[in-house]
Amino acid sequence: MKILVCISKTPDTTAKISFTQNNTKFSSDGVQWIINPYDEWYALVRAIELKEKDPSTVLHLVTVGLADTEPIIRKALAIGGDEAIRVNADSADPFYIAAQIADVARQGGYDLIFTGKETIDYNGSSIGGMVAELMDWPYIPLAVKFELNGTVATVVRETEGGEETDEATLPLLVSCQKGVAEQRIPNMKGIMSARTKPLKVVEPVAAETLTSIVSFELPPAKAGVKLIPADNPAELIRLLHEEAKVF
Amino acid sequence: MSVLIFIDHSEGQVKKVSLEALSYGAALAGQLGVSAEGILLGTVGMDLSTLGRFGAKKIHQAAQEGLNHLDAQVYAKIIADAVTATGATVVIFPNNFSGKAVAPRVAARLKAGLVSGAVALPDTANGFVVKKTVFSGKAFAHVALNTPLKVIALNPNSYPIREGEGSGSAEVVALSVTATAPKVKVVSATQATGEVPLTEAELVVSGGRGLKGPENWGIIEDLAKALGAATACSRPVADSGWRPHHEHVGQTGIAIAPNLYIAIGISGAIQHLAGVNRSKVIVVINKDPEAPFFKAADYGIVGDAFEVVPKMTEAVKKLKG
Ligand SMILES: Cc1cc2nc3c(=O)[nH]c(=O)nc-3n(C[C@H](O)[C@H](O)[C@H](O)COP(=O)(O)OP(=O)(O)OC[C@H]3O[C@@H](n4cnc5c(N)ncnc54)[C@H](O)[C@@H]3O)c2cc1C
Ligand SMILES: Nc1ncnc2c1ncn2[C@@H]1O[C@H](COP(=O)(O)O)[C@@H](O)[C@H]1O
Repeated sequence: MKILVCISKTPDTTAKISFTQNNTKFSSDGVQWIINPYDEWYALVRAIELKEKDPSTVLHLVTVGLADTEPIIRKALAIGGDEAIRVNADSADPFYIAAQIADVARQGGYDLIFTGKETIDYNGSSIGGMVAELMDWPYIPLAVKFELNGTVATVVRETEGGEETDEATLPLLVSCQKGVAEQRIPNMKGIMSARTKPLKVVEPVAAETLTSIVSFELPPAKAGVKLIPADNPAELIRLLHEEAKVF
Repeated sequence: MSVLIFIDHSEGQVKKVSLEALSYGAALAGQLGVSAEGILLGTVGMDLSTLGRFGAKKIHQAAQEGLNHLDAQVYAKIIADAVTATGATVVIFPNNFSGKAVAPRVAARLKAGLVSGAVALPDTANGFVVKKTVFSGKAFAHVALNTPLKVIALNPNSYPIREGEGSGSAEVVALSVTATAPKVKVVSATQATGEVPLTEAELVVSGGRGLKGPENWGIIEDLAKALGAATACSRPVADSGWRPHHEHVGQTGIAIAPNLYIAIGISGAIQHLAGVNRSKVIVVINKDPEAPFFKAADYGIVGDAFEVVPKMTEAVKKLKG
């Protein structure tokens, strides 16, 4: 059994979002980088749990990013996993990233691939589906529960206002969100052993970049709040109805 | 040449997000001087020609009941084949659960540039540039699609449904497909019936830790019911099991953009705001005048939710008669 977990690097959730170079580049000034929460808390931890249950499982992590993603991938290795692969490329185009991951996946002969639900910076929710298509694998997005019995996976996924239980035989790609696992904090032993775990750097395969970011924009600032006295909630409802016309 | 719009449906009903996608696709087709055509896999309980009211000239339908359940792999192949057969140059999906499952597969299969989370019509003056949300709603990016074929997944509640005048009637064309067997088997599905799905809701009433416990949610539900709104909550509320997980909004929950978001007893942490700050009107009820949420609000009451909210409900009921 071989599992691959896709790990991406994102700004911390409290990071101040601003742009430079005429709004064409994200300003990383003072920004703390973290493992994308969905990748760390759910995808990685569930994969580690599967390995704990069946120690013969081989668990690899992959990230597509430049050398500055190494602290992130080391931190992921401190939580768990046997080795990491970094594809030495930088891109915001989902197809390009997916093509790199699919190539690593093909070379490694994995049975199961986990991604996070989405990256909290580009919010594409698209890498998983693309990798699955490139591999011609089934893909179960937005899982809230994942169980494995031999080579058959039972996955509960979120749907519009409901849930669905799916079954599929490996190989399979699943995108993970809350519910799949509980966040783990790396311990000292993990941090020490992560230093010596292999981190392979591979050069990207040729792939096209199909999209490019032209510029960024911040939402317009709010005009300011209109406060209504606490003893007159009816006035708030009147304003919502007559002034804001929202219902 | 055409703009092809994916029409998502469930339980025999075309979803509201599909009408938004149709309206968006029709406007884009007008902009490009091509025709807008819908694609629907499976069967619904309505006359599809009436979708012409939203600007579609044709609806391609593969009317096989086996297709009523969406399988991303099966759907992607059928849609990709239809794109090739119809000569579409742009494919539009709603960016809901179905769109998130299928759009990336179709894009990868056809090597088409994808933008997911679009919030406005493309700028086609110079290339093809689409505005989308990034950083969990804290900013927007303008993304250029550099391929002849383009795929756009449109965020719910980002484009108004536009019904044309008169009786626009679409031609319904049978789409012949050789559907492959799904590799994913659906064992069971549950659907909260009668409720508005949060992502589609126009009005949302949301509660936070300020409500103290699940036993106090009656005041939230009553206000939501009076308004015909969906209910939501902050993350600690879902984490403590006071409310179901699918109600959790924010950076690590669902991102929503309703016309009205009423936040009750929620402090307005940056990760919460990330999921709701695209709401058109934000109302905050909080007893602490320093709560950060007031900075992001349009209207607010500094007061005790347990006193204020029931009075709001009364006022709504009175207004609605
Ligand atoms: C990586 C990360 C991701 C996160 N993602 C999310 C997310 O997606 N969504 C999310 O919501 N949070 C998220 N959080 C948590 C977030 O930081 C806040 O902790 C959370 O939003 C606070 O929830 P709250 O406002 O309900 O509770 P609190 O912060 O405890 O606020 C309660 C509020 O209720 C008010 N109040 C108390 N009593 C009353 C009363 N009687 N009447 C009126 N008002 C009253 C108080 O003044 C206070 O402002 C995330 C955190 C991290 C670190
Ligand atoms: N550069 C990357 N390297 C490795 N995995 C990635 C990368 N970008 C995204 N992913 C994975 O794909 C998931 C979805 O990302 P996205 O489609 O960008 O929202 C993330 O949660 C990661 O698991």
